[in-house]
Amino acid sequence: MQVSLFVPCYVDTLYPEAAVAMTRVLERVGLQVDFPAAQTCCGQMHFNTGYQQEALTLARRFVEVFAGGDAVVAPSASCVGMVREFYPYLARQVGDEELVAAVEAVGERTFELSEFLVGQLGVEDVGAYYPHRVTYHPTCHSLRAIRVGDAPLKLLRAVRGIEIVQLPDAETCCGFGGTFAVKNSDTSMAMLSDKVANVLSTKAEACVAADNSCLMHIGGALSRGRTGVRAVHLAEILASTMDDAAEAPADSGGRTEENRGGIDGGWIGRTRDVSGDADGAGGIGHSRSGRVEGADVTP
Amino acid sequence: MLARIRSALAGTGGGAGAGAGRGAGSADDLGEPVERSYLMRDERATEVRVAQFVEMVGEYRAGVRVVEETEIAEIAATACADRRFTRLLVPAGFPEAWRPAGPELLGDSVDLETLASVDGVITTCALAIAPTGTIVLDGGPGQGRRALSLIPDYHLCIVRDEQILGSVPEAVRSLREAVAGGRALTFISGPSATSDIELQRVEGVHGPRNLEVLVVGR
Amino acid sequence: MSRLELPMVPFPDAAKVALEDSQLRRNLGKATSAIRAKRLALTAELPDWEQLREAGRRIKAQTMRNLDSYLLQLEERVTAAGGTVHWAEDGDEANRIVGELVRRTGSSEAIKVKSLTTDEIRLNDALADAGVQAIETDLAELIIQLAGEASSHILVPAIHKNRSEIRELFARTLGETGLSDDPADLTRAARKYLRQKFLSTTVGISGANFAVAETGTVCVVESEGNGRMCITLPRTLITVMGIEKLVPSWQDMEVFLQLLPRSSTGERMNPYTSFWTGVHQVDGPREFHLVLLDNGRSKVLANEVGREALHCIRCSACLNACPVYERTGGHAYGSVYPGPIGAVLTPQLRELARFESLPYASTLCGACFDACPVKINIPELLVHLRGQVVAARSERGGLRSSLDPERLAMRAAARVFASPRLYERAQRVSRVAQLPFVRRGRIESLPGYLRGWSATRDLRAVPKEFFREWWKKRHGDRQ
Repeated sequence: MQVSLFVPCYVDTLYPEAAVAMTRVLERVGLQVDFPAAQTCCGQMHFNTGYQQEALTLARRFVEVFAGGDAVVAPSASCVGMVREFYPYLARQVGDEELVAAVEAVGERTFELSEFLVGQLGVEDVGAYYPHRVTYHPTCHSLRAIRVGDAPLKLLRAVRGIEIVQLPDAETCCGFGGTFAVKNSDTSMAMLSDKVANVLSTKAEACVAADNSCLMHIGGALSRGRTGVRAVHLAEILASTMDDAAEAPADSGGRTEENRGGIDGGWIGRTRDVSGDADGAGGIGHSRSGRVEGADVTP
Repeated sequence: MLARIRSALAGTGGGAGAGAGRGAGSADDLGEPVERSYLMRDERATEVRVAQFVEMVGEYRAGVRVVEETEIAEIAATACADRRFTRLLVPAGFPEAWRPAGPELLGDSVDLETLASVDGVITTCALAIAPTGTIVLDGGPGQGRRALSLIPDYHLCIVRDEQILGSVPEAVRSLREAVAGGRALTFISGPSATSDIELQRVEGVHGPRNLEVLVVGR
Repeated sequence: MSRLELPMVPFPDAAKVALEDSQLRRNLGKATSAIRAKRLALTAELPDWEQLREAGRRIKAQTMRNLDSYLLQLEERVTAAGGTVHWAEDGDEANRIVGELVRRTGSSEAIKVKSLTTDEIRLNDALADAGVQAIETDLAELIIQLAGEASSHILVPAIHKNRSEIRELFARTLGETGLSDDPADLTRAARKYLRQKFLSTTVGISGANFAVAETGTVCVVESEGNGRMCITLPRTLITVMGIEKLVPSWQDMEVFLQLLPRSSTGERMNPYTSFWTGVHQVDGPREFHLVLLDNGRSKVLANEVGREALHCIRCSACLNACPVYERTGGHAYGSVYPGPIGAVLTPQLRELARFESLPYASTLCGACFDACPVKINIPELLVHLRGQVVAARSERGGLRSSLDPERLAMRAAARVFASPRLYERAQRVSRVAQLPFVRRGRIESLPGYLRGWSATRDLRAVPKEFFREWWKKRHGDRQ
């Protein structure tokens, strides 16, 4: 099966490690992947803010860019939701029957990573190793829009060395909502405070989710609060292997040498890579090599 | 106003999320039946329905017990005696054999002032619904007009076990005749309640604060 | 023409104030999570819950598609049963009709059952102007009427008041001194006060939860018993009902009687549900008037997507599911209909421009859609309305519209996304443009439109290598 990578604009630009990790995972399970470089953005931001004309143009573009190939896979439930749920709505609104058919066809073969692995390939164990305590935040799009169910948890449970702690009020929205986070920043922060409090209550080292949008939001507060808890994408955990962990200070699956550095939710002060560059080389040092140290309470 | 509604609907026969499909005209599918795939009837045995009804009514904290028909009058009399009731309202058509001795029994035609001062009312019912613990009054024999079971502070209701239906759809269907005949219905599921003050539930606001139910078994 | 309405405070500003009210947040959080849990438990109990929801949706959709026919049928049945039907195009007309009907009875008081529809048209104020005192008989409505305040929740309007405030209120307004602040004691005081009103007032005013076109039957769903009092005891009963409350046939009630109680209060059945048809010879009021209210509903009906909002059965499940509402409360929505359904109904019933911040008062999390007993796709409606807001703004044109920073940004982004070349260039530019803002791999302060983000959250720096650059390096230029 040929898989075309659908890398959302903000993942491409701000969180490339999630897409790199997804690539590694898909190749590890034996798939041929390609990346249609003509892709730019699915239009969700425009659509959700009310700029339907612009979103429609991007929808048409998407159909063209991903015309060939078997499956289209993205590390983002919200972008997949846009394609599957709202492209047809946009096409119907302008009465373009041909476009309706085209977007429905591409929608049928567009998947979020976890639903693709578990639902389409029947794979739950991708040979991952991630010896850390994590808590899982089910994003609203994965939960209620495209309904991936417990696919992410199934994948996480098969990861060796991992300790998963249940997040209290997991299904409550984190408060991101795209431009809502800026237009309604006070309410957004009120919701985020509760989400962060719940994350901290689990004493997890990392909060994992299948959407970088939520992670950007939750991670942003975890960082501002200097909590020492990081936000990590599901793909990064799945891509992480024994080999990665053995190199200390090691990368988690997707981080390349070039990308080390930059904030990722709180490892500031730990395992500083002194050979790194000026604008911050905190890295994501997993200095442990296989044990979960100091693990005290079971979830 | 009607014209505005009609013009709003003109040419938009599809409607939002139309289950009937796009392009259906407005006048044409007026009579088109809506597809119903929910449960329409209950197949359980009477004893199971009765048991469920008793359980549900009990959960509402209304007094409920299963009795023999021959016991009704005595139980009613005891209930009145325990509460030191002197006057009880008994609507027309209430079975003679079930009338309690003891309190003064008043009929339908009492005025509002008297109604407001009687101690309690005893009635039959139109039917009951097991899964929700509901009693339905339709103004038939033994029930009287609505005010009679609304104003007194105590209501004793006699339900025959074969009146207990196993599902809401069956109950609604059985009430069609009463509705078509212009009779008013009251569904009673426990005593009145409010949670308006700090969300703390308080039972007994208006209407009879004490509801007791006797289920007549075989 | 409706009564003059105050301009709406934009939701973000109203929310900011509401978020600081710690008592409201605590009470509301407790209320919504408690009802949420009950609703989930009781809907899980029914094996055919999803089928009931689907039937509810279809019934309402069919009702809207044929609303004109069903309204005529309702009128015919109610009239045949001895009632009188009045048609009111807007709130003012409805208030005039009701005022006249009450005046004709010679009464200067009317006992009222809680009705959002009458709140919508501000009936109480209009009656007061006409010399009639409308006495609210729902406990919470009584409390806020005595306090001179507005409701903060469809189902529990006095959620923002605590027990000692209520005790003090009753002492002041009902002359009930010597009460404890135990809710049972306070409720008893209210019962005593209202009982004498029930037994003596000759006019009752209610709304309606449903009306059955086939039989002309009106339905009121309640918990306290004041509804039964108001619709049974007075000589004259006036019911004001939005035209969307219709259902086609008596059989349809079997669906809604299961959907409503479980969704609204999380009960198998609410304490009292009443049905009546016109006037009965010996039972109930001598006179029954049904006022059918449009007040913007026909306008909503004309919006093929937006009309789904009219399916609402006022259960408030969406309010209790909404994380935004849970924190901001109802007042922030500036309307009688708050929360998720309010955000899609109010802008359509009234003018979009006046309420244009409401469709944005949501993260589109979808919890409301999951909770709605008649499956109203609120997230889709919200986005639909957002599209209408943007389109209307650009149609209005003018300098303000063309210089609107959001619009400019969206337009610019669209241009960039139209071409991979421009897109990649913009990516590279961002790496440079961020430099003034980056400190140790983090951006803690953003300018302009994005200020709202950095007030409370960090943003990581743009990485050294974008995904597509990594891919290109690894694979060359092949697709």
